[in-house]
Amino acid sequence: MTNLIDLSLAEARDKLAKGEFTAVELTRAHIAQVEAKRDLNAFIVETPDLALAEAAASDARRQAGTIGAMDGLPIGIKDLFCTKGVQTTAASHILEGFKPQYESTVSAKLKAAGAISLGKLNLDEFAMGSSNKTSHFGAVENPWKKTSDPAAKLVPGGSSGGSAAAVAARMVMAATGTDTGGSIRQPAAFCGITGIKPTYGRCSRWGVVAFASSLDQAGPMARTVRDCAIMLGAMAGFDPKDSTSVNMAVPDFERALTGDIRGLKVGIPKEYRPVGLSDEVAKVWDQGIEWLKAAGATPVEISLPHTKYALATYYIIAPAECSSNLARYDGLRFGLRVPGKNLDEMYRKTRAAGFGAEVRRRILIGTYVLSAGYYDAYYAKAQKVRRLIAEDFRKAFETVDVIVTPTAPTPAFGLDETTDDPVTMWLNDVFTIPTSMAGLPGLSLPAGLSADGLPLGLQLIGRPFDEETVFKVAGVMESAANFTAKPQGL
Amino acid sequence: MSLDKDAVRAIANLARIEVRDEELEHLAGELSNILTFVEQLSEVNTDGVAPMTSVAAMTLPMRTDAVTDGGYVEAVLANAPEAAEGFFTVPKVVE
Repeated sequence: MTNLIDLSLAEARDKLAKGEFTAVELTRAHIAQVEAKRDLNAFIVETPDLALAEAAASDARRQAGTIGAMDGLPIGIKDLFCTKGVQTTAASHILEGFKPQYESTVSAKLKAAGAISLGKLNLDEFAMGSSNKTSHFGAVENPWKKTSDPAAKLVPGGSSGGSAAAVAARMVMAATGTDTGGSIRQPAAFCGITGIKPTYGRCSRWGVVAFASSLDQAGPMARTVRDCAIMLGAMAGFDPKDSTSVNMAVPDFERALTGDIRGLKVGIPKEYRPVGLSDEVAKVWDQGIEWLKAAGATPVEISLPHTKYALATYYIIAPAECSSNLARYDGLRFGLRVPGKNLDEMYRKTRAAGFGAEVRRRILIGTYVLSAGYYDAYYAKAQKVRRLIAEDFRKAFETVDVIVTPTAPTPAFGLDETTDDPVTMWLNDVFTIPTSMAGLPGLSLPAGLSADGLPLGLQLIGRPFDEETVFKVAGVMESAANFTAKPQGL
Repeated sequence: MSLDKDAVRAIANLARIEVRDEELEHLAGELSNILTFVEQLSEVNTDGVAPMTSVAAMTLPMRTDAVTDGGYVEAVLANAPEAAEGFFTVPKVVE
């Protein structure tokens, strides 16, 4: 019998269609793996009973001949998506016990496509972090190990760390992620999987716990480019309930995987080779460029001159938006309440007890940069620099079709290596943040292993709403990379 | 920009987050480091550049101002820490 947990979404979809196994069998195999790998702490809530009921319903639909694009395929949902009747926490104490009375548009669409959720996946608190260490429910462990020190626990990246670890450890076939400054792409790179942040506006944000609304975007995380294409097709689409969701047709992303990239121009930004970039990362990047060249594409050096300011811009805009979004956690309508002798004291005590250190830090910075007297110097200035960053990309895309860069400056680091200095910690996102600032689609795929046996990712960036070219180039790169390594013990 | 303890206390008050006195000094250091880091933006010439408020080149859609849904008192209150008689309850606000 095929090892059910090693199949890709596309393979499982085709085998379900041929009747080689049932959705219930496929779901059971994954539930067993969820239990076997529980020590990774990838899930906040497991919902095996709901999943088995849904799998039985999927098998019945198949009998009746009315199946959706992802029917019977077990996935996980990042615990930032509201799921009706199932606890949704954003990995924060302030939302512990919160059971939404409604379903987010993206998770509802996946359900409508027949996908089966195995539960809610761990993340950095309110998606603020690059290590998954800021979760109130504990850190997630990366299933990959260093060959030099197999006992050392590594971070899965963040904020979608539970999603990336669960997909890499074969607990789920794919998972939803969200990305504000790299939260799909960086954990995908750290865990040796593929993930895409689509163009801002491609997926509805309705029912996704908000962090920084002008940047937040949902996307799929899976083990192949094709699987991401299938899943994005099921997640995307116009939603009148999100005024920033864009009213345009969703292409058949899977059909974009033609394998033919002859004549495409691939941009190589010279600013992405900063002093101190590790040799390993630089080497895999050069290798990626060679693969695309061999497939008939033309590398073109480009300049994105405002790249070095993206991080500073992000760390004004994202905290500013977070401080206003998180003002809703007031202890009144949902979530934690700590009593106080008056309303003001109740707010203060509730928010002090409910938010972790990183979230508190960002709320305070955001409050400061938006406060009277400082707004223009910080927030308005950052919004102007943001336009310059977006303009850099717009100009580059006048001459190139896609841009290739490393996803992260290093492979996964140790759980105990993270620093107390937030600015150093944020450097993880230096290659992913500019794309977010410009709202462009960005995909990360595994392209090789470090000398220490850890996955290294490359990022492909496309024009707005041109995920098809990104998928096409990613498909070619995936074939060339032939990344077959798996985390130890799988 | 360097923030002192009083400034952090004022910001925390604006954000309605209680901060213990013994945490103020450490937080002032952290927040000052972040502000120093982001102040590199002052070297970018942004004369004549309009602030970017949205990445999507679109105008916000309008809809008819009409009630399209509602009547879910129980669902709205389902997650309330305290509710009574169909309302959220709060500590006394009028002395």
